[in-house]
Amino acid sequence: MPKRTDINKILIIGSGPIIISQACEFDYSGTQACKALREEGFKIVLVNSNPATIMTDPETADITYIEPITPEVLEKIIAKEKPDALLPTLGGQTALNTAMRLKEMGVLDKYNVKMIGADYDAIKKAEDRDCFKKAMLKIGLDLPKSEMAHNMEEAKRGLEKLGLPIIIRPSFTLGGTGGGIARTKEEFEKIAALGLQNSMIGEILIEESILGWKEYELEVMRDKKDNVVIVCSIENFDPMGIHTGDSITVAPSQTLTDKEYQKMRNASLAIIREIGVETGGSNIQFAVNPKDGRIVVIEMNPRVSRSSALASKATGFPIAKIAAKLAVGYTLDEIRNDITRVTPASFEPAIDYCVVKIPRFTFEKFPEAKDILGISMKSVGETMAIGRTFKEALQKGLRGLEIGHIGLDNKQSYKNIPDEKIRQRLEEPNASRIFYVKYALQKGYSVKEIHELTKIDPWFLENIKDIVDLEKDMVKGLKPKAKGKIKTRKKGLPIELLLKAKQYGFSDAQIAELTGSNELAVRHHRKRHFIKAVFRLVDTCAGEFEAYTPYYYSTYETKDEARPSKRKKIMILGGGPNRIGQGIEFDYCCCHASFALKELGYETIMVNSNPETVSTDYDTSDKLYFEPLTFEDVMNIIDREKPDGVIVQFGGQTPLNLARRLEKQGAPIIGTSVKSIDMAEDRKKFSRLLKKLKIAQPENGSTTSMAKALNIAKKIGFPVLVRPSYVLGGRAMKIVYDESSMLEFIKEAKEVSGKHPILIDKFLEDAIEVDVDAISDMDITVIGGIMEHIEEAGIHSGDSACVLPPHTLGDDIIDIIRKYTHAISKGLKVKGLLNIQFAIKQNTVYVLEVNPRASRTVPFVSKATGIPLAKIAAKVMVGKTLKELGFTEEKRPSHISVKESVLPFSRFSGVDILLGPEMKSTGEVMGIDTSFGMAFYKSQIAAGQALPKTGKVFISVKNQDKRNIVFIAKKLEDMGFEILATKGTHKALRSNNIKAEAVGKIGEGSQKILEYIKSGKINLIINTPSGQKSQSDSKPIRSAAVMRGIPCITTISGSQAAVNGIEATLKNDFQVKSIQEYLNV
Amino acid sequence: MKAFIVLEDGAIFEGVSFGASGERLGEVVFNTSMTGYQEIMTDPSYKGQIVTMTYPLIGNYGINKEDVESSSPKIEGFIIKERSKITSSWRSEINLNQYLKKNNIIGIEGVDTRSLTLRIRTKGAMKGVVSTVDLNPKSLIKKAKDSPGLIGRDLVKEVTCKKSYKAETVIGKGSAWPDRKKVVAMDFGIKYNILRCLAESGCDVTVVPAGTKAKDILEQDPDGIFLSNGPGDPAAITYAIEEIKKLLGKKPIFGICLGHQLLGLAFGGKTFKLKFGHRGANHPVKDMTTGKIEITCQNHGFCVDINSLNKDDIELTHINLNDNTLEGMAHKKLPVFSVQYHPEASPGPHDSRYLFKRFMDSMDKYA
Repeated sequence: MPKRTDINKILIIGSGPIIISQACEFDYSGTQACKALREEGFKIVLVNSNPATIMTDPETADITYIEPITPEVLEKIIAKEKPDALLPTLGGQTALNTAMRLKEMGVLDKYNVKMIGADYDAIKKAEDRDCFKKAMLKIGLDLPKSEMAHNMEEAKRGLEKLGLPIIIRPSFTLGGTGGGIARTKEEFEKIAALGLQNSMIGEILIEESILGWKEYELEVMRDKKDNVVIVCSIENFDPMGIHTGDSITVAPSQTLTDKEYQKMRNASLAIIREIGVETGGSNIQFAVNPKDGRIVVIEMNPRVSRSSALASKATGFPIAKIAAKLAVGYTLDEIRNDITRVTPASFEPAIDYCVVKIPRFTFEKFPEAKDILGISMKSVGETMAIGRTFKEALQKGLRGLEIGHIGLDNKQSYKNIPDEKIRQRLEEPNASRIFYVKYALQKGYSVKEIHELTKIDPWFLENIKDIVDLEKDMVKGLKPKAKGKIKTRKKGLPIELLLKAKQYGFSDAQIAELTGSNELAVRHHRKRHFIKAVFRLVDTCAGEFEAYTPYYYSTYETKDEARPSKRKKIMILGGGPNRIGQGIEFDYCCCHASFALKELGYETIMVNSNPETVSTDYDTSDKLYFEPLTFEDVMNIIDREKPDGVIVQFGGQTPLNLARRLEKQGAPIIGTSVKSIDMAEDRKKFSRLLKKLKIAQPENGSTTSMAKALNIAKKIGFPVLVRPSYVLGGRAMKIVYDESSMLEFIKEAKEVSGKHPILIDKFLEDAIEVDVDAISDMDITVIGGIMEHIEEAGIHSGDSACVLPPHTLGDDIIDIIRKYTHAISKGLKVKGLLNIQFAIKQNTVYVLEVNPRASRTVPFVSKATGIPLAKIAAKVMVGKTLKELGFTEEKRPSHISVKESVLPFSRFSGVDILLGPEMKSTGEVMGIDTSFGMAFYKSQIAAGQALPKTGKVFISVKNQDKRNIVFIAKKLEDMGFEILATKGTHKALRSNNIKAEAVGKIGEGSQKILEYIKSGKINLIINTPSGQKSQSDSKPIRSAAVMRGIPCITTISGSQAAVNGIEATLKNDFQVKSIQEYLNV
Repeated sequence: MKAFIVLEDGAIFEGVSFGASGERLGEVVFNTSMTGYQEIMTDPSYKGQIVTMTYPLIGNYGINKEDVESSSPKIEGFIIKERSKITSSWRSEINLNQYLKKNNIIGIEGVDTRSLTLRIRTKGAMKGVVSTVDLNPKSLIKKAKDSPGLIGRDLVKEVTCKKSYKAETVIGKGSAWPDRKKVVAMDFGIKYNILRCLAESGCDVTVVPAGTKAKDILEQDPDGIFLSNGPGDPAAITYAIEEIKKLLGKKPIFGICLGHQLLGLAFGGKTFKLKFGHRGANHPVKDMTTGKIEITCQNHGFCVDINSLNKDDIELTHINLNDNTLEGMAHKKLPVFSVQYHPEASPGPHDSRYLFKRFMDSMDKYA
């Protein structure tokens, strides 16, 4: 069936900011869809508030709206653009929910917009738990026994029927927010109440516990002619009870016989047909009772998902791209398999390797939250590894995770861990359980015992035991030296053992650690004996057909399928798994580098291990190596491909940290030299440079000794900022106001940085922070964008909102910033991108930090100005001059762009939402308009913090803010808001003739304000606490606000911006405008 | 124990043996199914073949009694990347190693199966030898070259039943079904799951040896005749082709795999050997009568030549979308149809089960 001719203009909704459970997989799917549909001649209108995406590049769609994704905003866009169709299945839950609201509001019917892919009824049937249950029973499928509840009464009745332990799942939420497992009656009541609150429709499902059952997922595709294929099966290493996003998962399924697998396949076909997903991909989850094989259906996502991105990367079958083509009428047999070229997409990929996905957690950023896993997702990223065996893939994955492990290693010795702790860490699912499985095996626990504690399938455990056993063989015959150090074998490991170790996925570093050698020695030793990584193709067909797409993984076997070309080639190192501080922004830059260098005729080679990304789409670069970003794995590829240049500037800190070692082994690092990188990152060298350039820097010092640290702090004078060097996202960075807290923080900082020193800086209180992104070709430097932070210095730049161009700084200050940027760029001999953070206090401009690499703000600046910074930088790095590229002058747009960060606090109960020097945000949104107020207002809506236009504002500020709050409160009063304030704040307002109601502080025993918040009577909270006591006093207020979704502002500057925003929106109409219109492209 | 796989072109692959030791000759082929090794090992169509599994991790869920496709494994040798030391399935009874040992089949693990597969893909399925006793490459190459291969060889006689039997004696008695159709199945190496599918569709099946004469079959006055799958070169089974010719038009006939090829030859067509065959559970086939695509289980090294068929009589009903080879045909006037692939699956998707219904319908219509 050819493509549909009744539609021409298609609206695609993106997924908005990166949050836990919705990450760059939807940029990957959306970008693929845009490309695929434009290829077919459709006109694409795209809406996404996330500027860090490839999909919001002005070239990706025809018309791109970087506007908040809400039904109201979408209605405006639909009214303006009048699309023929809406494709709601590519932008995660956000797009799906928004599309559903649009239908319910009558917008789609009013403007005659058809839903394609999945329609309203199908989505409702899949998403509404009650409808879903009825549908499953209708087609004779088994489900966990369950009851629906819309209030606590119904919930309690359900509990009586089903008994404890019990699962609570709210309907219509993201990634299971608010759901949980209750083991006691009290827990049940708490989770049920929260679930009712979090559900968009006030509904929860309470369900028979199937904890510990085997968990599976199938990725299903269907076309208009009812042809259905399974793209991939996935088996969860972690059994039922842990969100699949937080589970280690393995593809394909490992422990199902064909009979059971086909039963599941049949069920999947029946489900997609019954639910009525007309075309496209769906993800269906099953649980299997390991005792008797009973299969129950867990849920179905009638859209592309995180798992479908994983399945696409795991098999080479591009689900989103094909889903888009199916949505416009093609059938599976009409679409070609890109990889084999000759065969059609109507098949089921056969794979001849094992894929392991491992989630990446950041509990260390939220010390108040326990690292316990359940059915609400907590991980912020993931890495995928491919190996010929599970063992190999698992170990590659663990070292690709970049959490300081070099495989399933011995970073922590099992010997000192008490049995009690081992049992507890095995029994209660947590972020490091995989390592405890190893410790337990090392301690002599049997596979059976570990299975009983963890319910992890014995097959997986046995494989881990193989790794442990091989380790034993490797150290056998090595005599421990006096101090517990292992003596090096004279001739290294026996070759057979070494080969086996490599085939089991051991890294050179791991082998070195075990045998008392060093990584390079192991590397040389094995290469001498021809034990080298070979590269194999991901070809969708297990070798049955020739593959034309060079998508590789490494293993240790005989035949190497890599085909290095004779072209000029550049290798780009990606950023690895997403984490707080290093996310989609860097993947965006890597993709742009690849696009730019392709334009110049280079062959581009991408190396990355993150399955969610656009960079790991086999279409993005000429070649893709899906490998961990470690020295060893990258060097193996460099040895084979011999690139003319290696780019480390774009993937964030990950590749930058490898630069020195790669260069030492002869890798041609291009762009800013490793020496310059070091000069920027080494505090002493950098201070020297600034001194030479006569640029001010907050007074600072560094040391590796605790005693000295305190002295330095005293000399500089409190408050000081302490942090370890070479870390990302302000990890373990703190502002310290006195001596005792100083000692405490230094201790923590030391654990993080290992051999690197602690840095101590004078903290500039109330300074204005400014970020600059610039490009230099070593001849001239051109500024890409100057961003003024909305929150004051001391709040991590990644968490702070910012505005481009600056809205309060004078021209003289901006000129100084420009001058400094040029001077530093020259001083550091930057070739490529450069990011500088400045602080302005009392008209003095200080330099806080310089990063000679792509920064988190590069995509935002590019969207705001229309200048593709990363592309230009990549071209500069291969020798083009800025003059040649026509970029010699800073572009100053007439519109205002605001970037706002998005924080994950609702996922971590018990964590305070106060911002600080340690980055906590997972993503960002952008608001664009002609005034600051409107742009800010938009950014707040996009970030899910819609500012109220009327209602009650609760204000409680610290003493030093009392003067500044008056002006803000006056404006709020003038705009018609009612004000509630705590005693001190109230007094300040009253004495300035502002009407306010006084409420007691929680610390003083009053619960009134909490009740107000919980009952939804408060619409906005302004709360700037100071000091530890005050912070814990007001913490319940902030927590309640997060749970109720009430905007809560914790800085004065933030409040000012908010008031500006509210004022602007009361005066002006909310207008939508495409990025192409703003940029005149 | 060290073991070698040697191909007639001189390629040598090394591994470690499990199961039985010794030496076996056979055609070396690969199968891309990711599940179902037990069904594959016991499928009589693999007689004379050494099977390489492209999926690297094998033996994970062990071996059980229910999932066999015949009384014992029929493969000549089994080549894999990594064998699971333990079994993880509530149905598992013994492990792969024990099973092959018990049945005297050589298994080889630790093999770079992808390289072996790529070799076969580029050079075609080849004669080969697996050995744990002779580790001299030269001698093994000679043995591989001198081995008989499949072309022109009747392997059916090694796997067909010695005398006729009722299907229920091997698959058990299903639920009672009124008005069962009486079907005679010619056993060229029939898979149990075909018998199960026929029984579930409402057939009362009598299995007869491959050498059974047409008149003996017709004497039983069945409602329909089934021609089973089986190993080797169809052109070598001349005795069956002759009998099938005599059955045409007498009763509704349904053929699968070798049964399909024999029908093709009986229709006057030709068969040829595919370069490396179709073996897996993911081949897309289009039903030309409905336009629908089914994902199929396949296992064949030979194929009916589309151009050799008389299109006036024969309708091409199914086409393989990967290489456009013939996957199914029907006689335009007679109630005779067949498919090259395996609607009974096992292992593989169940998309094509409708063909058993089609067979039932044709018997209904003819009756």
